[in-house]
Amino acid sequence: MSLAADSSRSLRLTALTKEFSTFTAVKALDLEIPAGKFFALLGPSGCGKTTTLRMVAGLDVPTSGTIHLGDDEITYAKPYRRPVNTVFQNYALFPHLDIHENVAFGLRRRKAKDVDEQVRAMLELVELEGQARKKPPMLSGGQQQRVALARALINRPEVLLLDEPLGALDLKLRRGMQIEIKRIQTEVGLTFVHVTHDQEEAMTMADTIAVMNSGEIEQMGSPAELYENPRTTFVANFLGQSNLIAGTVSNAGSDVVKVDMQGTQVSIPADRAHVTSGPGWVGIRPEKVLIAPEGEPIDAPGNHMQGGVVTDVSFVGVSTQYLVRMPWGQELMSFEQNTGARGIIPRGTAVDVSWRPEFSFLLPASQDVNAGAVEES
Amino acid sequence: MRRGRFTGYWLMLPAVVWLGLFFVIPFLSLLATSLYDPEGSVLTGYDVTYRFANFTDALGEFWQPLWRSLWYAGVATAICLVLGYLLAYAIAFKSGRWRTLLLVLVIAPFFTSFLVRTLSWKLILADDGFIVDALQTVHLMGEDGRLLATPVAVIAGLVYNFLPFMVLPLYASLEKIDGRLIEAAGDLYASPTRGFLKVTLPLSMPGVVAGTLLTFIPAAGDYINARLLGSPNQRMVGNVIQDLFTSTGDYAAAGALSVILMVIIVAMVMVYIRKAGTEELL
Repeated sequence: MSLAADSSRSLRLTALTKEFSTFTAVKALDLEIPAGKFFALLGPSGCGKTTTLRMVAGLDVPTSGTIHLGDDEITYAKPYRRPVNTVFQNYALFPHLDIHENVAFGLRRRKAKDVDEQVRAMLELVELEGQARKKPPMLSGGQQQRVALARALINRPEVLLLDEPLGALDLKLRRGMQIEIKRIQTEVGLTFVHVTHDQEEAMTMADTIAVMNSGEIEQMGSPAELYENPRTTFVANFLGQSNLIAGTVSNAGSDVVKVDMQGTQVSIPADRAHVTSGPGWVGIRPEKVLIAPEGEPIDAPGNHMQGGVVTDVSFVGVSTQYLVRMPWGQELMSFEQNTGARGIIPRGTAVDVSWRPEFSFLLPASQDVNAGAVEES
Repeated sequence: MRRGRFTGYWLMLPAVVWLGLFFVIPFLSLLATSLYDPEGSVLTGYDVTYRFANFTDALGEFWQPLWRSLWYAGVATAICLVLGYLLAYAIAFKSGRWRTLLLVLVIAPFFTSFLVRTLSWKLILADDGFIVDALQTVHLMGEDGRLLATPVAVIAGLVYNFLPFMVLPLYASLEKIDGRLIEAAGDLYASPTRGFLKVTLPLSMPGVVAGTLLTFIPAAGDYINARLLGSPNQRMVGNVIQDLFTSTGDYAAAGALSVILMVIIVAMVMVYIRKAGTEELL
């Protein structure tokens, strides 16, 4: 089943800006979203992602900049005149219409043919054919979510916007719906633009993620790219977690950049080093950090550091999360899979720490080391 | 302590006593009055003779003011609905920080007596008042044309006096509408007009039904506006009932006419609610 009317048109935002009376929500945003992709705008609340989405939908008017769909400019087009549909946060289903009529709403406004036939097929796609004559409040959250999806999808928009569509669902249901929405997107082949603050959700669903912060895009790329090679401390902290350790570049080669990090020489691949001189933050993901009781061998050639002490141990089932205090006073996070190869290392144990140099990255020292980190509550 | 199976009924008691004292007993008394012997008078006393012909007599004699009441109240309600909807819509969606002030202004007339407000309309519509003068100046009205003592004056009075009863329930139901539903309608290809007809209006139906009932019912039974702004030619059923009770002393006819008005209104309300299909929205 292919719904895409014309799949060759990409969505292009150019210098898009939205100012409200007291602050600038979106700052000169440039973005190109290729047709047929599942694109996620990821960021904390208030970063401007929803405002961006609303401008694409036509619900907010940009202060300046343009929005193009293919060659057509739609910056100031009325919402009911653009081939864009939205799945609203909290769904915004019409409470006075039954499920069938909710889904038929867009088709009826455009005086489409065979409306009932199309609605039935769409309800089948989202597995709600038995609920057609019920009113929205009688459905569960997950079912309402699928009605909202069906109501938007049936119009075969060129771009489908999803505004935190899963925020109101509980965790289990959310995981199920993520896979469901991804499956439907693959099936219909439309461009999906998904706004979320849940980094795991963005990584599960999207082909490409743009991380937004304070109205600007910090970094854009595939989930793996962003996770493995973040370019800012904000991305390093917001997308997963990172250990960021202060260091100074001692030698910048064409393949590797050598950094003096708290007395240890570490080598960082040049394409992952975003600083070539002076101080910087050496970053390493917690699951890449290996630890072993003092003197025992670690399977990670490279940066080998001694003198760590385990200060906290949390057992979370699939993995064990350690905090290790290093000689320079910083606590590093280390996640270890519970493969059963070794017992849990108790708190207070002296440990050695190591990681493969190709997994580390280097970020500018001028950036806030805590940017994007989840605040401890 | 175990909760008895009658606890619920005990909790209903205050309401039941209230309704019994102030609705059922007066209603039965009115019903008895409508079945009095019409020969009775204040001097000779009245007897309940179960004379059902009182109803047909009253209808035969007073069908004109009865019909006029329903007609005036209907027109006044329709005008109130249009004006009230515009006002309630503006307050609910467009008023911003003026909202509270505007709502207070809607209710403000209630701080003055109903009679005083209606009497001031007598001045506004007077033969030498500025409205009549203005209409005569632009030749929309003849030299001896007048507004007072016409149906226009009575209906204008009814509209003015009952408009808040229309505005408040309309505002309450419009204000409850989630703005995202209207955005969703726009997103789904509904022009603002279509969106209003397909989303805003249906969702405000509880307010429309409540407002029209709260306007129509008291307007149909009103006698002050016809008395102060109309002439004998604009007599409404309320005026007739009042005269029968207080001047003529014809309790039987007055009671019969009151019961007839009540039955007609209850029947109309039931048909109306059924037609409007808003039982579940209410």
